[in-house]
Amino acid sequence: MEKLLSIIFIYILVDNFVLQRFFGICPFVGVSRKMETAVGMSMAVVFVMTLATLATWLVYTYVLTPLELQYLQIVAFILIIASLVQLVETVLRKISPTLYQGLGIFLPLITTNCAVLAVALLAVQEEFTLVEAVVFGIAAAIGFSLALLIMAGIRERLEFAKIPRPLQGTAITLITAGILSLAFMGFKGMLSL
Amino acid sequence: MQILYAVAALGGVALVFGALLGVVARFFTVESDSRVEAVREALPGANCGACGYAGCNNFAEAVVEGKAPTNGCIPGGSGAAAAIAAALGQEAAATVPMVATVFCLGDKNKARDLFVYDGIKDCAVAEKYGGGFKACADGCLGLGSCVRACPFDAIAMGRNGLPVVDEKQCTGCGLCARACPRGIIKMLPQGDQGHLVLCNSHARGKAVTQACEVGCMACRACVKACPREAIAMENNLAVIDLAKCDDCGKCVLKCRPGTIHPRREKGAAKNAPTAKAAASASA
Repeated sequence: MEKLLSIIFIYILVDNFVLQRFFGICPFVGVSRKMETAVGMSMAVVFVMTLATLATWLVYTYVLTPLELQYLQIVAFILIIASLVQLVETVLRKISPTLYQGLGIFLPLITTNCAVLAVALLAVQEEFTLVEAVVFGIAAAIGFSLALLIMAGIRERLEFAKIPRPLQGTAITLITAGILSLAFMGFKGMLSL
Repeated sequence: MQILYAVAALGGVALVFGALLGVVARFFTVESDSRVEAVREALPGANCGACGYAGCNNFAEAVVEGKAPTNGCIPGGSGAAAAIAAALGQEAAATVPMVATVFCLGDKNKARDLFVYDGIKDCAVAEKYGGGFKACADGCLGLGSCVRACPFDAIAMGRNGLPVVDEKQCTGCGLCARACPRGIIKMLPQGDQGHLVLCNSHARGKAVTQACEVGCMACRACVKACPREAIAMENNLAVIDLAKCDDCGKCVLKCRPGTIHPRREKGAAKNAPTAKAAASASA
């Protein structure tokens, strides 16, 4: 239990996927323009990361390891994540059209998100158990969402700020991300596994 | 031997997932109306919302369900209306292509400011701040809310601080007209015919002259000059009925501030945007 709690704390704050490990910078910059889209993206990421960790962990432990094919993990994980997202999309469309509409374009977009692949790979590398791996997936996704939502909040305010012309657009976004990342460095060393 | 395991394992995983996807796709198919897709294809896809729906997809669904008219897509114009009607097997309803027109000539040099405004660069905000920084309560504030509202890059900020509509790019969606807090941008049927009083001020003559060099001061000279009675005064502002105007140009000669312009004299000629202004507006 203690380990699960520390996994949650570490991957939301200390080792935040976006701000400390620099995974998923593309959606972080891409969809943080508006709070509404950021929320949609966050939901989709939580959803997919959790499922992806579960599926990849199972395949790694019960298929790749017995056959000593661990070196194929990246190829296998990409395959699994892509089919899984497709599967989830089809099912969601039938079962919950509202959620399907809400997640919208973000669901298929996550298929190729490096943060999702990183969660799958790290879960295996850290030698987590199944429960730990799933909790790790959820925590990493929440950490991603946290960073995305903070960024969206800041950028909505930046819209009306007077920014010097050379710094407008992506430049100020990256500077903001850098400062945000510095702030999260304050958690460094508080806890480790 | 090792390579066979690898191929078999990956192939097996792929096969399982493939089969799963196939089965799921079978059991979870959603009946979708193929006409929605056809209508969707015919739309410009800018999701501008000029039709009154959230986006092109919602509009396409509404059209198929018969809730929206086939000519409801304003940016798409008659082309989209015809394509939608063809997809649904109906007769196309006629559309009138519209174009945005800026009814103000009071640029930085011609219209007086009341105070220096250094706040948020947004017309709606500036309008709330002491009723706007311009002496004219109906004139263009020039902060470019309309430029930012345009999804088609059809409006740019001119050199003199007035927005300029690129009539080739303008699809007539009317988002800029809604974005303008002072209602300076109006939607007109496309065309070169007729003259326009390019002013939005409903203030009295003296107040207009004090605030702006080119505002309509409601002197009625144009009303008297027009041989076809196409000009009427509405609340201290001369308004030309485009249906009656025959482009004789007599009103232009009588208008002392020079507020009346023929429509064929395009905005670009009156107030050409510099390359720099156009670049900063799009940034």
